[in-house]
Formats: sequence, C-alpha cells, structure tokens
Amino acid sequence: MPDKKPISSVNDFVVRFANVNGSGSASANEMFARAILRHGVPVSPRNIFPSNIQGLPTWYEVRVTEHGHLGARGGVDMMVAMNPQTWDKDVAGIEPGGYLFYDSTKPMPSTKFRDDITVIGVPLTAITNSTYTDPRQRQLFKNIIYLGALSALLDMDPKLIEQLIGEQYKGKEKLLSSNVHALHLGRDWALQNLKCPLGLRVKKSDKVGDRIFIEGNSAAALGAVYGGATVCAWYPITPSSSVAEAFTAHCKKYRHDPETGKAKYAIVQGEDELASIGIVIGASWNGARAFTATSGPGISLMTEFIGLSYFAEIPAVIMNIQRAGPSTGMPTRTQQCDIIACAYASHGDTKHVLLFPEDPAEAFEFAAAAFDLAERLQTTIFLMLDLDIGMNHRLCRPLKWDDAKQYDRGKVMTAEMLEEGRDFGRYLDVDGDGIPYRTYPGTHPTKGSYFTRGTSRDRYARYSEEGTVYADNMQRLVRKFETAQDLVPRPLQANAERPTKYGVIYFGSTSPAMDEAIGLLEARGHQLDRLRIRAFPFHSSVASFLAEHDFVYVVEQNRDSQLRQLIVNENGIDPVRLVPIVHYDGSPITARFIAKAIGDHQDHLKVTPLRKAVS
Amino acid sequence: MTYIAKPKFHHPGLKKNELGYTHRDYEGKISTLCAGCGHDSITASIIEACYELSIEPHRVAKISGIGCSSKTPDYFLGNSHGFNSVHGRMPSVLTGANLANRDLIYLGVSGDGDSASIGFGQFAHSIRRGVNMTYIVENNGVYGLTKGQFSATADRGSKSKKGVTNTDNAIDLVAIALQLGATFVARSFSGDKTQLVPLIAAAIRHKGASFIDVISPCIAFNNHAGSTKSFDYVREHNDAVNRLDVLVGRDPIAVDYAPGTVQVVEQHDGSKIALRKIDADYDPHDRLGAQTFLQKHAAKGQIVTGLLYVDPDAEDLHEHLNTVETPLNTLEADTLCPGSAVLDKINASLR
Ligand SMILES: Cc1ncc(C[n+]2csc(CCOP(=O)(O)OP(=O)(O)O)c2C)c(N)n1
Ligand code: SF4
Repeated sequence: MPDKKPISSVNDFVVRFANVNGSGSASANEMFARAILRHGVPVSPRNIFPSNIQGLPTWYEVRVTEHGHLGARGGVDMMVAMNPQTWDKDVAGIEPGGYLFYDSTKPMPSTKFRDDITVIGVPLTAITNSTYTDPRQRQLFKNIIYLGALSALLDMDPKLIEQLIGEQYKGKEKLLSSNVHALHLGRDWALQNLKCPLGLRVKKSDKVGDRIFIEGNSAAALGAVYGGATVCAWYPITPSSSVAEAFTAHCKKYRHDPETGKAKYAIVQGEDELASIGIVIGASWNGARAFTATSGPGISLMTEFIGLSYFAEIPAVIMNIQRAGPSTGMPTRTQQCDIIACAYASHGDTKHVLLFPEDPAEAFEFAAAAFDLAERLQTTIFLMLDLDIGMNHRLCRPLKWDDAKQYDRGKVMTAEMLEEGRDFGRYLDVDGDGIPYRTYPGTHPTKGSYFTRGTSRDRYARYSEEGTVYADNMQRLVRKFETAQDLVPRPLQANAERPTKYGVIYFGSTSPAMDEAIGLLEARGHQLDRLRIRAFPFHSSVASFLAEHDFVYVVEQNRDSQLRQLIVNENGIDPVRLVPIVHYDGSPITARFIAKAIGDHQDHLKVTPLRKAVS
Repeated sequence: MTYIAKPKFHHPGLKKNELGYTHRDYEGKISTLCAGCGHDSITASIIEACYELSIEPHRVAKISGIGCSSKTPDYFLGNSHGFNSVHGRMPSVLTGANLANRDLIYLGVSGDGDSASIGFGQFAHSIRRGVNMTYIVENNGVYGLTKGQFSATADRGSKSKKGVTNTDNAIDLVAIALQLGATFVARSFSGDKTQLVPLIAAAIRHKGASFIDVISPCIAFNNHAGSTKSFDYVREHNDAVNRLDVLVGRDPIAVDYAPGTVQVVEQHDGSKIALRKIDADYDPHDRLGAQTFLQKHAAKGQIVTGLLYVDPDAEDLHEHLNTVETPLNTLEADTLCPGSAVLDKINASLR
C-alpha cells in the first residue's frame, strides 16, 4: 500500500498516456477519450507531441471533467507509462496518491517506483506476444489491450467501447472483431488479476448534452466551406497543415457538381507561403473567396503581400494557427505569440483585422465570417487560432448555419451600375465609411477598369506620389479600420457577483482555463469582471472596461504580453493598470496557473502600498 | 509624377478589326519609359497581337511584378484591369486570378530581374502547373528600374555600364521553361515585330502555359559595347528558326510562306498556327530536340528565336484540378454552401 491515501474521484481526474511517436497508440488513446464521452462525461484531451515523425516521446492527456472544465488542469492522476525513455519524468509527474499503470512484463527495480503512488503492473508484452505473432499487430493490439485493462480499472462500460470500435471499423468485420477481442483480453486480465475498480472511476452521467467533439482546424476548414471559399492555396506547416487537409476533405464531400463531378473549388499546394498568399490575393482581386492557412514562419514570409492587400485593398483571409516562436521555436507547442506580428504585419503604417475564436464552434463561425469581412472591408482578415485549439479535439456547442444567409460580397460595382452612370473611382470614399467600390476584371467593355498597384495613387487609381494624395488615402484607410470596429465580433463581458475594481482580459484558447480560474479565484476571495476579446480592432467597450477598473489583468500565452501591448498602443492608456499574466512554455495555460498568478498579485495588492501608488 | 491620358480622339478612318475595335482601343496610357526602350516595342506588339486576334480588351487581365517592364501593362489595353503586384510575384497573383475566373485571358508581364532572380521560383512553378496564361519576360539582362545592376540572365563575361564584368553564369529562361514542361515556348526580339506579333498572338490562343522570352534592350543601361543584350549585338547574333502566323477561327488564310517546309499546328481551341521553318530540320513538337537545338546554338554564342516548342493538346491547371466550367468567382451561397441540414448531419457524426 502507498504511504499516501490513493486519490479517489469519480468523473474528475487526469489520465496521461506516455507513448513513443509512431507506435500507433494515438487511435487507442483517442478511443479512450471518446469512450468517456459516451458515458456522458465531458473530456478535454490534449496531444503533446514532438516535432518529428518516429521514435521521440509523445503524450496524450485526457482530462475527465464532470464539471466541464475544458482547459488543461495541470498535474496527472494516472500515468499510463508506456515509454521507457521518459519513465523517470513520467513517474515524477504523478500527483501524490496517484496511479502508475505500466507494462510489467520485465521486472523493474523498486527504485523506479514511488512510495506515495499506487502501482499497477499489467504484463502487456507477454499477453500480446502470446496472442499475436506479427510484429505490427503486436504493437497495435498492445494499445487496445491496455485500453481494455483501463476500462476495468476505471469501471467503464465495455459496451460503449465496443460500439466505438464498431463505428471505426464499420464494414471491416475482421478488424472489428480482432479489436474487440484485444479489448477483452486486457479487460479480462485486469478483472482477474487486479483489484478493480480503482479510486478513479467513470460513472455514467448526462453532462455532455448535444455538444460535439471536433478539432479547431477541421471546424475552421468547414467554416471556409460554408463561408464560400473557392480558392485555397497553402504550404505545409505544423500546426496549420490540417486546415488545408480538412478543407480538401470537406470539399471532396460537399463541393462537387453532382452532374459533372467537377469541383467547385481549387486547392493549390503552393511552392511556399509567398506563392500561397499571392494566389489568394490574385483570386480575391478577381472576385473569388480565397484563403490560406499557415503558422508564424509563414506569416513572416507573407508580410510583403499582406502590405499589398492592405494598401491596394484586396480581400484575403489568412488562418494563422500559432505555435511557439520565434524562428522555428517549438513547432509542435502552443502559444498566442503572433498578435503583434499579425496586427501590424508588413512595412509602413499598416493595421489588420484579427479574429480570436475561443473554440472550434467559434472557429467555424469566425472562419465563415472572415470571408464576409474580407470582402466588405477589402483587406486581410486573420483568423487567429493556435495549436491548442487547432490540433486538439474540443467539446463545443454544435455548429450552426442559417440557410437564409447570403454572402456579403462587399461594395462591388457591377456593369449595370456603371451603365447607370455611377461615378467609379476605385479609391473614392462614397459612403464616408472609408470603404471604396471595386470592380471585378472583365466587368464592362469601356467603364470601370482600373490599375491595381501597391504604389501610391489617387482616388481614381491613377499613379500619384503627391504628398497630399498619399496622406488622403492613408487617412481613409484609418477610417476604414474604424468602420471595421463595428463589423467584427464584439468582446463579451461577464461580471463578478459582487462589484469589483478588478478585471481580466483574455482571448482565444485561454477561455476554458480562464472560466475555471474565475471559480478558483472566487474560492480565494477574489472577485473579477471578465472581458473576452474576440477581435482587433478593439471595440469601444474595451476602453470602457479599462476605465471602469483599477487594475485589469491581461492573460495570454506569450512572453511579451502582446495583446496588452496592442491594447496600450491602441487605447493610449497607462500601461501600469494593465497587469500582464503570461504563460509561454509551450504547454496550454491552466486554470491553476492563472488563479495562482492573479491570486498572488491580488494578495500582494492588499498588503503593500502598491495599490495606492498606481490605482 | 504625372499621369498622362492619351487624347480620346479617334481618327474616323482608323481600320477596325472583326469586333469593330480600332488600334486605339488596345492602347493604354502614354509610356513613361525611356525613349527607345525595348519594352515599348513589346507593348506595341502586344497591342498589335490583341488587335489582330480581335480580343475584347476588357476580357484581358494584365498582371505584372515590379520593374520597368512590369510597368508596361499600364501602356496597353487601357480598358482592361491591370495589376502591378510585388517584385517577382506576378506568377502567383496571376495563378490566383486565373483560378477565380477561367474565362478571361491572362497576360503576365515580367522582367528578367523579376522572373530570373527574386521570382525564379514563382516563374518555375506557374509554368510547371500549366496555368493558362501568356507569360512574357522583357529580358534586358539588367535591372532597369534600380539602375543597371546585372540580372541573372546577364551573360557571363558581359560588362555592366560601369565596366564591371559579370562572373556568374546566366540563366536561360527558355531552356528552363522547356525543362519544366511549358507547352508553348518561344523567344523573340523586341525589335522584330514581324516575328513577335504572331508569337504573342499564338501564345494567347494557346491553352496552357505559354512562355515568351523577349530580348529587350535597355537603352539606359545595357546598350553599350561589351553588352550581349544591345541592339547591335542581338541583331548580329539573331538566328531565327521559323516564322509564324496565326490563323484564327473560321478564317484560315494561307500565309506568306518563304522557301522551306511549312508546318500547321492546330491549337486546342481550333485555331491554327502555321510555321514557316527557316531551319528545315526543326520540329516544334519535339521538346528534347528544342532543348538540344537551344544548347547547340547557345554554345556558338547565338540566340535562337522563334517558336521553339508547342504542344497543341496541352491541358491547363483547371483541367488538372477538374474545376467546373463556371468561373469560381460567380458561384454564390446557393451552390457553395452545403446548408444547415448537412451541418446537422456533420454535428451528429461528431458525437
Ligand atoms: C522586394 C523588393 N526588392 C527589391 C525591389 C527593387 N526593385 C525594383 S525593380 C527591380 C528590378 C527590376 O528589374 P527587371 O525585372 O529586370 O525589370 P527592368 O526594370 O529591367 O525592366 C528591383 C530589384 C523591390 N521593388 N522589391
Ligand atoms: S531604364 Fe532601361 S529598361 Fe528601364 S525604361 Fe529605361 S531603357 Fe527601359
């Protein structure tokens, strides 16, 4: 018996699987998460993987969360330690009173264990080797066997797992039955040889509701399909590649003409990011809805073109699935670190629209909306995801679409309008909102054509380097950006139960951890009003929120507190009142981290004169 | 800087083409290039070719990069949309534009700096993808707009205006286009309108990636002794392989054949180009032969001009991607959006 009381918890714990990349464990681990969902219990899984293909350590973490906390929690209650390479670190990471599940085929010296945890040995290799001869089968079924053993240990309903296997191998009877067999091998061994269940248990519940389980990248790609994107140009880069891959898959399903079989879309894998954004700009200039998906290094390469999109006023949609930078940084780790790079991308005075979805459901909505915005505003729209939302399955509300919705193609002057004698000046601000009319190439034989260039020109698109003409244009671009403020998704505010002078601003994938952290902070006696920013340019309510609070914490996942910089810069406020709370080690931010950082600061405020000095 | 519009005056006696357009309808603004710049002659040839083909000017999209050459689209087809993009990136912008609307004619204009240096990759990949376009490089061996630096097509051993000798090997864009699978490859000389006009016309009619490298002397920085792109040098070393005319649609008129073999090339759209070969052995359907021919003459220091290669059955990027005939930019929510019923099914599959 361990010298610490074993953790006992129903539907609220964290299991982490330590595997070796390429061992085929991913699908068994994901099935584990899905099986818990089928029990009606919310889960929040995360892939933690290296930037290589085979051989290096990889982890898959499943947070089982009856309360529906979808952020990472931190800490591990049960470690399924299948990777000898990371054994010591994995064992050290278990919470006191936690559980270690391992392959006990080969005996381990007692020094390799801890006294304060429960150790569960299952001779997985021995069981697999006695059942299978083929080496690949041995490797793959070992994963299903441990899934079976876990199902017994955690008191899971095997029928639900069998159902999942059935769905996965529909029509492939042989694979189906051999997987079910492997599942029961593990399960039966555990039931016969171990004390089942453990203190950690899964009990049927009804907390999942109609929510869906989807990766952000896939949802964003679906948003592009619904939003009417017909041209996609991309260049492979983690963690964004799966956006283009999902878009391709969705298009294959939903975008072929039933009669001719022809594609109502064009997808090009560019030779690089320069070409990808160039294709997007060329297509959008010519009136198609086009997008690219990339990550930080790709954004760096695209900046010259982004400047062109801004200045020549050509729509473009860029989905930036952020990863840890700078440079190649940590390609498979998450951060929210391209805020400044995207907000002011390119040389000269530029400003770009950024959208910050919090989960796959919003990724879908914002992706579709990005095309309306790009055409309405005739500029680049960035959809800012990150690896944590992009590449992990998240539980979120079902995706919704209003069939009455028409695409907003923005201000396009048609041949009829030109025939009516409407004055067409490509850069004329007819409506005072800073947004001019454009024409598509080929519109009219004699009217409405113009020359697009990144060089300065007058309101009628005529080349001009006259200072006043240039300044006039730059001013209109500022007006247009102000117009954007009312078109982008507004921030969402949630107030504390009691009036408070303290607020917190956060955005994107930080949301679930923040929602949970609020509860932890309340438990510590701290009340905070919350503002979730969903877009840049900032709506005026951001300034009001700042004005109404003595201190506002800005929680984000980068070193330099980039959103805070942007807020300070754009609102011209005293930076002292904005307290940075940053997390940037590449792992997703946790509620525990946020609550500690803000809680400590709050405690500190109460006992030092600092509060007086700066409030 | 000035913007100079050409006077709208039309001479009543101006000749009209099949569509009733006159030359004037194919002109653009007054050029701001140096007087005598080879690029202006190419502009004139483009105007001529479009006039002769009876193209509706507004159905052409003119796209370029940055450089003196890339400015030229402003000087022809004033009623078409033009796009002066960024340095070296014309090919990607053109590719995107073409994907959006397959019904327009795409004319890409670039310089040798634009295409052989900063844009070398984009040049190569647009050719390799078979984008339906006419890609013209106005090749002067120097950077004109930035005042006379060597470009990557400058021959080894040639001298800059400042007297510096180029020690780098030259890139031959024609050889590369052939190697990359361009389905129409030609070279010409800006001063040789008789050859250039039909070449441009044929390239426009060709479905697939057409590439024309036009030697275009830079009067300001590359017309001195020691340069291999000067008027005098090129005139001396020009070895034309064939001459051609374009016979459009239902009007297949015999061409003015010179002695030697005549070859009629049928294009995918039904139009035919008839080649009058000067070199009796030259076969413009033989990609390998073209490559060898080119290299042999290059070794002799000669510039081969003419239509070097054409594949009359070429496919373009849209065919590779199997896209619908309707231009993608005209599709709306009713045909693009799978709708809420499908979304409900998708939701159900994600539980
Ligand atoms: C990114 C970038 N780098 C450099 C330049 C400067 N630049 C402008 S035109 C040009 C070269 C043009 O040479 P070429 O394409 O041969 O055209 P030409 O002027 O000779 O017709 C250069 C280097 C630029 N505009 N953008
Ligand atoms: S600098 Fe050379 S290329 Fe440029 S306009 Fe003058 S002659 Fe032409």
